[in-house]
Amino acid sequence: MPTIDMDLAVRGLHGWYGESHVLHGMSFDVKAGEVVTLLGRNGAGKTTTMRAIMGMLANREGSICYGDRELIAATSNRIARLGIAYCPEERGIFSSLSVRENLLLPPKVKAGGLSIEEICRIFPNLAERLESQGSKLSGGEQQMLAIARILRTGAKFLLLDEPTEGLAPVIVRQIGDTIRALREQGFTILLVEQNLRFAQSVADRHYVVEHGQVIDMISGIELASQREKLRAYLGV
Amino acid sequence: MFFELIGTSPQVLFGQLLLGLINGAFYAMLSLGLAVIFGLMNVINFTHGAQYMMGAFGAWMLLNYLGVPYWGALVLVPLAVGASGVIIERLLISRLYDLDHLYGLLLTFGVGLIIEGLFRHQFGASGLPYPIPIPGGTNLGFMFLPWYRAWVVGFSLILCLATWYMIEKTQLGSYLRAATERPDLVQAFGINVPRMITLTYGFGVGLAALAGVLAAPYSVNPMMGANLIIVVFAVVVIGGMGSIMGSIVTGFGLGVIEGLTKVFYPEASNTVIFVIMAIVLMLKPNGLFGTPR
Repeated sequence: MPTIDMDLAVRGLHGWYGESHVLHGMSFDVKAGEVVTLLGRNGAGKTTTMRAIMGMLANREGSICYGDRELIAATSNRIARLGIAYCPEERGIFSSLSVRENLLLPPKVKAGGLSIEEICRIFPNLAERLESQGSKLSGGEQQMLAIARILRTGAKFLLLDEPTEGLAPVIVRQIGDTIRALREQGFTILLVEQNLRFAQSVADRHYVVEHGQVIDMISGIELASQREKLRAYLGV
Repeated sequence: MFFELIGTSPQVLFGQLLLGLINGAFYAMLSLGLAVIFGLMNVINFTHGAQYMMGAFGAWMLLNYLGVPYWGALVLVPLAVGASGVIIERLLISRLYDLDHLYGLLLTFGVGLIIEGLFRHQFGASGLPYPIPIPGGTNLGFMFLPWYRAWVVGFSLILCLATWYMIEKTQLGSYLRAATERPDLVQAFGINVPRMITLTYGFGVGLAALAGVLAAPYSVNPMMGANLIIVVFAVVVIGGMGSIMGSIVTGFGLGVIEGLTKVFYPEASNTVIFVIMAIVLMLKPNGLFGTPR
């Protein structure tokens, strides 16, 4: 089975989109093998944090430590080669490529990734659509494909940005099962989620993000009892 | 009987059709390189004509300075000119990626002018001779087929289709197509996208230089690129920027249309492509095969 890797430690992460100061010193940890969520309102800086970790935010300062490696100034392709993979909120399925080409595109960065056959077994609806064009898939199929293609690479640290957004409950359940199965296999997952119930069903810990800062941390066990406090944070 | 009806002879018609195919072959090869470069980099490579011209001069120089014949030039010149393209991209064009695309256009335009000026200064404005590597031909009855013309059409067709296949049907091509859509995501998967861009530019430039070698027996002249590039841009606009098959079909097709126009209405042959371009722009602004960006 795949070996467990390294912890992620984010300290004092500041980020800018142009002149706009979006992250004001994010600090949090994701230990190897954990599933951790970033919760917060729209615009709190959750996606920006993911992009910063992945090296896709041009203007960033602070510290992002993966194991003993400082990633704050690394390019995104080098970060990917360390075994970190990103599944963006918009899914990023390449419309001019077939499903198979989408699956084969991300190169293997570590040993132990899933083969196409294994992926077809876990995601049978993708197996049926291997030669279809990426743009012709439904929202749920695109989300499955976005997750499946990073599973092929052997990356063990996954950044999943709102994987259940806009999807039907039966697909949401499937994604929950997939994430739980990945956790069993030793994956480390940082998740951005708006769906509190889904977050509770898959994650060990939750960080609450507001105005580009972590304002609270709630462990999975506490989540049920802290519902009211969370609702206040998220304004739901 | 048919030929009396349309007022010409088979030799004239098929001869012009063949010339049209030859022109079309050059249109296709050059617009293909431009389409690939524009698709990935959003840069309109105005240096393309000069790089085509460098291909022809490369063949001439190899023959006259080093005694390397045409067949060696076919291999060596695209590599050398492609390498010069890599240098231009790394040193100059890559600095402009964060700016408006207009700056890339202006830069490549300027580099093209410099290159053409240097060659004109060195070699003069009239052409230099280059021997036809496969002289002679065969009489097919309805027309005379020179061997070299058959070679140019056949080779460029194979080259264009091979390029199309590589881009549309191989995994290497899928990286290119994906990076055309979302270079940031492709890089986040672990691929060195800046290097891919550099090599793609080099490839497009090499393709232009290869067309230049093919053109050398017809013309080795510092202005040959400038004369041709305007028409090539019209071809790219008609076909649709970024469409590979569009460039190929439109290039050959417009060459044939231009050739036919020369037979039946010679006065219009210089402008027919631009008239078509104006019509296409009005009806389908993204080109016949293009997709909206």
